Amino acid sequence: MIRNPGKEALVAYLLIAPFVAVYALIFIYPTVQMFLLSFTDAGLIGGGDFVGLDNYERLPRDRRFDTAFWNTAYFVLLTVIPGTVVALGISLGVTRLSGRLQALVLALFFLPYILPVSVVYRLWDWTLNFQFGIAMHLFDFFGMDRVPIFKVTAWFMPAVAFVTVWWTCGFSVLLFLAGLRAIPREIYEAASLDNATRWTTFRKVTWPLLWPVTSLVLTIQLIVQLKIFDQVYLFSTGGRPNDNLVMVYYIFQRAFQSDQGGRAAAVAVVLFIMVIIVSVLNFQLMRLSGGRNR
Amino acid sequence: MNAANARRFNAAGAAITAITVICAMIWAFPIYWGIVSSLKPDDEVVRSYIELWPDTLTFEHYIFALTQTQIGYWYVNSIATAIGVTVLTVGTSVFAGYAISQLRFPLRRPLWWLILASFMVPTQVLIINHFVLMANMGLLNTWAGIILPQLIHPVVIIVYKQFFDQVPHDFREAAIMDNASEWRILFKVYIPMNWGVTTALSIVTFIWAWNAFLWPFLAVTKTDMMTITVGITQTNDSFGVYYASELAAAVLAGLPVALAYLLFQRRVTEAITLSAGIKG
Repeated sequence: MIRNPGKEALVAYLLIAPFVAVYALIFIYPTVQMFLLSFTDAGLIGGGDFVGLDNYERLPRDRRFDTAFWNTAYFVLLTVIPGTVVALGISLGVTRLSGRLQALVLALFFLPYILPVSVVYRLWDWTLNFQFGIAMHLFDFFGMDRVPIFKVTAWFMPAVAFVTVWWTCGFSVLLFLAGLRAIPREIYEAASLDNATRWTTFRKVTWPLLWPVTSLVLTIQLIVQLKIFDQVYLFSTGGRPNDNLVMVYYIFQRAFQSDQGGRAAAVAVVLFIMVIIVSVLNFQLMRLSGGRNR
Repeated sequence: MNAANARRFNAAGAAITAITVICAMIWAFPIYWGIVSSLKPDDEVVRSYIELWPDTLTFEHYIFALTQTQIGYWYVNSIATAIGVTVLTVGTSVFAGYAISQLRFPLRRPLWWLILASFMVPTQVLIINHFVLMANMGLLNTWAGIILPQLIHPVVIIVYKQFFDQVPHDFREAAIMDNASEWRILFKVYIPMNWGVTTALSIVTFIWAWNAFLWPFLAVTKTDMMTITVGITQTNDSFGVYYASELAAAVLAGLPVALAYLLFQRRVTEAITLSAGIKG
């Protein structure tokens, strides 16, 4: 086949031009600016003076940063593994079903994932409402005192984590279902000929063959939950935001509520590096275990 | 397996099926409960006992939400910005994906690495600089300002590249023999062969954009420029303590995406699985 390299490159540049323009403007430029901003004492809008590493040196002594960092870690702990276990359980239940029943049951489990976060917030704020929430009947039933869940610091993170698992689980379920479908039926037939129990079959067949998907789900969840903001912000309204800070919330607070763009950018850089480290580790693990697409 | 064993197995299987179905119903219950509550009159909403269906069915809260809030504006803003994000993301990605998949040009490798790298960067950390940039461009409180920072969806290009890579080379060679231009090959061969992917990616990009909260929340300060996802959380005062009206507004905000999912269930699940790097 005859190729005309010059013309081909020209066409290629035309095709990638819109994409490159958009990326240069809203991805590369802001990323560079974020690093530059983190070395200044600028407010949100308008410049500032170069202050070297001051903004970073403050962080270890900054109590709110401390809260934000550990709350984020706590949130990751409360969502990543529990969410993955719940999703695995759901997909094991759903994959046995067939036809319309499967479609219906999957839709019920998946629907929350499709909803906007503010709708999820309204639904759960209502369900867990201190005075009128239907979930409070469960508290009454077990003879517990009702709790204004999102106003009490000890309850806040676990409750938001619970809502988050409910909201985002559907995504992991889809990945598990795809993984389960890829396991050849013959293996299960062979296992049932050997009179293997359900538990043995799960432990010896399903779990090891599903492991690549499980590790994918775990790492995706880890990266997503490090970036949590929306739910924490919404459920904090009228509560105690300073106790509930997470990393992105702290960036938002410093930049948009305290007008300290420089200090906020330093926090952003820390989160940026955290996510990159996790992503790179993830990428290396994937390579070691034979790649995402098996 | 002997007969007794099989019977025991089937009984257990039926039990697991029943448990799965019951769990699914409990799982979706808060959605049902929100909808039912929004259809009750105020005095029924705050009753101290549980009523799974309203005594008197009323649409007063929907009428309230539609007439006493700016939900009409919010709908228009959400539809316009979500369509904008979808068209621009899918449009720029299909071109870039084709170039990277099929054409040879000097910067091809670095571009591909940039796309893979951007996959890792959390856009949440860019909010400060997006805000400054949009403020400097005078785009705060505009549709363009809401749309632009939402165009970072590298996964759309990655999926397109994978699908274009799989189109058999014979098609391309035959088209080149016929002296077809790259444009014709893209529009007459590659895009038509992948309509399914385009539909799936468009639907999920639309859903992502509709559901976006953080950036639209920062980019807009005027109530009538908000998207519906932000709007329903920002005007507590216009609802007072009327839970049912808040819920009615929430139902209205979730309805379009829920319908999009229920109508295109297979496409949505396909695209979401693809976006995680798994071929469904």
